[in-house]
Amino acid sequence: MAAPKKAAASTPQDKTDGGSPPEFTREQELKALRDMLLIRRFEEKAGQLYGMGAIGGFCHLYIGQEAVVVGMQMALKQGDQVITGYRDHGHMLATGMDANGVMAELTGRRGGYSKGKGGSMHMFSKEKHFYGGHGIVGAQVSLGTGLAFANHYRGSDNVSVTYFGDGAANQGQVYESFNMAELWKLPVIYVIENNRYAMGTSVSRASAQQDFSKRGASFNIPGKQVDGMDVRAVKAAGEEAAAWCRAGKGPYILEMQTYRYRGHSMSDPAKYRTREEVEKVRHDQDPIEQVRNRLLAAKVGEADLKAIDAEVRDIVNASADFAQHDPEPDAAELWTDVYR
Amino acid sequence: MPIQVLMPALSPTMEKGNLAKWLKKEGETIKSGDVIAEIETDKATMEVEATDEGTLGKILIPEGTADVAVNTPIATILADGESAADLAKAPAPAQQEKAAESAAPAAAKAEAPRPKAAPAPQAVAEPDPEVPAGTEMITQTIREALRDAMAEEMRRDADVFVMGEEVAEYQGAYKVTQGLLQEFGAKRVIDTPITEHGFAGVGIGAAMTGLKPIVEFMTFNFAMQAIDQIINSAAKTLYMSGGQMGCSIVFRGPNGAAARVAAQHSQDYSAWYSNVPGLKVVAPFSAADYKGLLKAAIRDPNPVIFLENEVLYGHTGEVPKLDDFVIPIGKARIVRSGSHVTIISWSNGMTYALKAADELAKDGIEAEVIDLRTLRPMDTETIVNSVKKTGRAVTVEEGWAQSGVGAEIAARIMENAFDYLDAPVTRVSGKDVPMPYAANLEKLALPSAAEVVEAAKAVCYR
Repeated sequence: MAAPKKAAASTPQDKTDGGSPPEFTREQELKALRDMLLIRRFEEKAGQLYGMGAIGGFCHLYIGQEAVVVGMQMALKQGDQVITGYRDHGHMLATGMDANGVMAELTGRRGGYSKGKGGSMHMFSKEKHFYGGHGIVGAQVSLGTGLAFANHYRGSDNVSVTYFGDGAANQGQVYESFNMAELWKLPVIYVIENNRYAMGTSVSRASAQQDFSKRGASFNIPGKQVDGMDVRAVKAAGEEAAAWCRAGKGPYILEMQTYRYRGHSMSDPAKYRTREEVEKVRHDQDPIEQVRNRLLAAKVGEADLKAIDAEVRDIVNASADFAQHDPEPDAAELWTDVYR
Repeated sequence: MPIQVLMPALSPTMEKGNLAKWLKKEGETIKSGDVIAEIETDKATMEVEATDEGTLGKILIPEGTADVAVNTPIATILADGESAADLAKAPAPAQQEKAAESAAPAAAKAEAPRPKAAPAPQAVAEPDPEVPAGTEMITQTIREALRDAMAEEMRRDADVFVMGEEVAEYQGAYKVTQGLLQEFGAKRVIDTPITEHGFAGVGIGAAMTGLKPIVEFMTFNFAMQAIDQIINSAAKTLYMSGGQMGCSIVFRGPNGAAARVAAQHSQDYSAWYSNVPGLKVVAPFSAADYKGLLKAAIRDPNPVIFLENEVLYGHTGEVPKLDDFVIPIGKARIVRSGSHVTIISWSNGMTYALKAADELAKDGIEAEVIDLRTLRPMDTETIVNSVKKTGRAVTVEEGWAQSGVGAEIAARIMENAFDYLDAPVTRVSGKDVPMPYAANLEKLALPSAAEVVEAAKAVCYR
C-alpha cells in the first residue's frame, strides 16, 4: 500500500467576489477577538483535559475555525436558531452558552448542559436557541431546515443557521433538505464549513464538485464562497444571507473556507496532510492573529489586548475547575428524561 | 363469443365497490381505451377503460348499485358480427380468464383480482371501559376515524399540522387525510416531495421548537429511509439534552402486510420501533381505538410511532360520539373474557385472534383475548393478570418471530408469572421469510386463525 496521499498544500481561497470586506469598528474588532480567543483557549483546555483522561469518548476541536461562528453570530439577531454537527463547542460558546456548562458536559458532570448525559456532541440550549450538537453527519441539515420551517409556520422573521462540513455536504438528506427549503422558501442559511478534510479524506478525494457554494445550484439556491478565516468577511456574508432569508426569498448557502488545525478528533494523528500545510495556514491566515494585528496597527495598546487574554483565561480556567470538581450525575439520572 | 366485463379491483385491498355511473349505453360502439364506467371505492372514484372492442351488449349491473364484489360480471361486450342473441353464449365468469382482463382501471393499472382480505373486526364481547355507558355510537370506517382524530386535534391546537407525500391535494394515498386540506389549508396540510429522510428530519426540527407535526409515511416500509432521524434525532434528543429539548411528533401510516404487494411493501415494524426507549409505539385494531389513540398520540409530548394497517382502513366499527374521545396510551384492553387460555395480539393480528377465539369456543375452550393497542409502554399488568387466571398464553403477530414482540411478551410472562404457567408460552407469527407475492404463498407466510387455534389447543393440551 502506498502511503496516504498528502493533499496539495494550498491555502483557503480568498473570497471570490473580490475587494476587502467592510472594516470593523474598534468595538467590533475587540468583541470578535474576545469571542474567538474564548473558543480557542477553551478548546486548548479541552484538549488538555482529554489528554488527562478527564474528558472521554470523542472530542472534536474547533481550533482554526473560530472566525466562522463568531462572524456569523455577529450577523444574527435575537431568536435566530443555530444548529450544527459534532464539532460544536465553538458554536455553543458563540451563542453565549456558559463555558462552565459546556466544559462540565465534556467531563460528564451534573452541571453540564445535558446533565452529563449528552457529552461533547450532544448539547442544547433552548434559552440561547442552540439546537445541538448532533452526532450523525448531515442529520442537522434536515433538522435545521425544520427549524426554518417552524419560523415560516409561525410567521416570524427569524432565521435558522444550519452548519455542516464539507464531509456532510455529500449526504443525501442535505439535498432533500435543499429541495424543500427552496420549494417552500424557508429562512435557512446553510453554512458549509469547508475545513478541507472530512475526517481524513480531503475535499479533492471526496467531492466531485468542490465549489460548495454551487451545491444548491440545481435547486436555485444562491451560494457564496467566503474567506472563513476573516471574521469581517464572514459577518458581511452572514448579513447578506440573513437579509435574503428575512425577505422571504428562501435559503442561502455560504461556503466558509476555513481550516482546522487539529486532527478530526483527539485520536486523529492527521497523517493525511503535512505539518507544513498546517503551519502555513496558521502563519498566514490565523483568524485571531488577523484581528490582533489590525488592532495593534490601529494603536490599541498591548495592555488592552492582554486584559482580554486574561479575562478569557480566567473564564476557561474556571470552567476547567468547575468541570473537574462538579459531581457526576446522580445514579437516578440514568432513568430520567427518556419520556416527558 | 361475447366478452364479459368484470368488476375490477382498483387497489390491493379492495373487496367491493359501487358502480357509480355507466358512460356507455347498451348498443354503443366501444373502442379499446374508452372509459365505459365509473366505480367508487372507499378511497376514490375511478374510471374503467375497455380493453376490448365491440358493442356494449348488456349492462348486467345498473348504475347506482352499491357494494358490487370484485370479479362480478358487470356487462358484456359483443365482438364484430355478434348480436344480442349471442349474449346467452357468454361463459360463466368462473371459467372466463379472458374476461378478467377485459376491463382495466384507468389509474391503478394491472391490479389482478385478489382474494378476500381479512374479514371485518368481530363484535367484541367486553365493553370498552373508556366509553361511558349509554354513549351514542356512530359507525365509521377506520379511515374516517383517523381523519376525524386529526381534524379534531387540528381544530384544537394551531401547532398541529400534517405533512407527508400526497396528504393534501391528492387527499392521501389511502385517503386518510381526506378533506383536511379543504378545512385547514395548505399551510397546515403539506404535500412533501418523495423524500422520507428529509421530511422526517424537517418535522423533527419543527417539533424541537414546539410545533406538533403529524408526519404521514405512505407506508412504514418507506420510513426505513427515515429511521435514522426517527431514532437518533426524535427518540434520543430529550435524553441527550438532559430533558431540555424533546419533540412532540407523530409518525403515522400503514404498517405490515397489505395484500399482494410482496416483500418490500409488507413488513411489520412493531418489533423494530418498540425496541427503542424514547419512542411510544401504538398499533390499534378497532375503529374507536384508532380514533382515541391517535388523538392521544398527537397530544403526547413524546415522539409516537402510530402503526396503522392498510387492510383495516376500509373496515367499519362503532366509534363513540363524544366531543373529545381520547384513549390513554399504554393500556391494553380485554376484548373477550375467558378462563382457559390468554391470546395476546394487536392491530390486524386481532383478526386472527378473535376468529380463533370463536372457533375455540365451539370446542369448549374459552379464550381471553387481549388487544395490546400500545406496544411501548407495554401493559404488562393486564397480560400478567390474565395469565395468572388462565395459566396459558399464545401471542399472535404478523411480524417475524425472532426478536419479535411475541418474544418480548413471552419473556415478560416468564419473568412475572412463571409459577402460574401450565404450559410454555407459544408464539404464532409471520413466517421467517420475506413476504412472497403469490396468493397462496402469501397466505402461508401470514399467521392464520387456524394456527392460533392449533397453538391454543396445544397449550391447553387438547
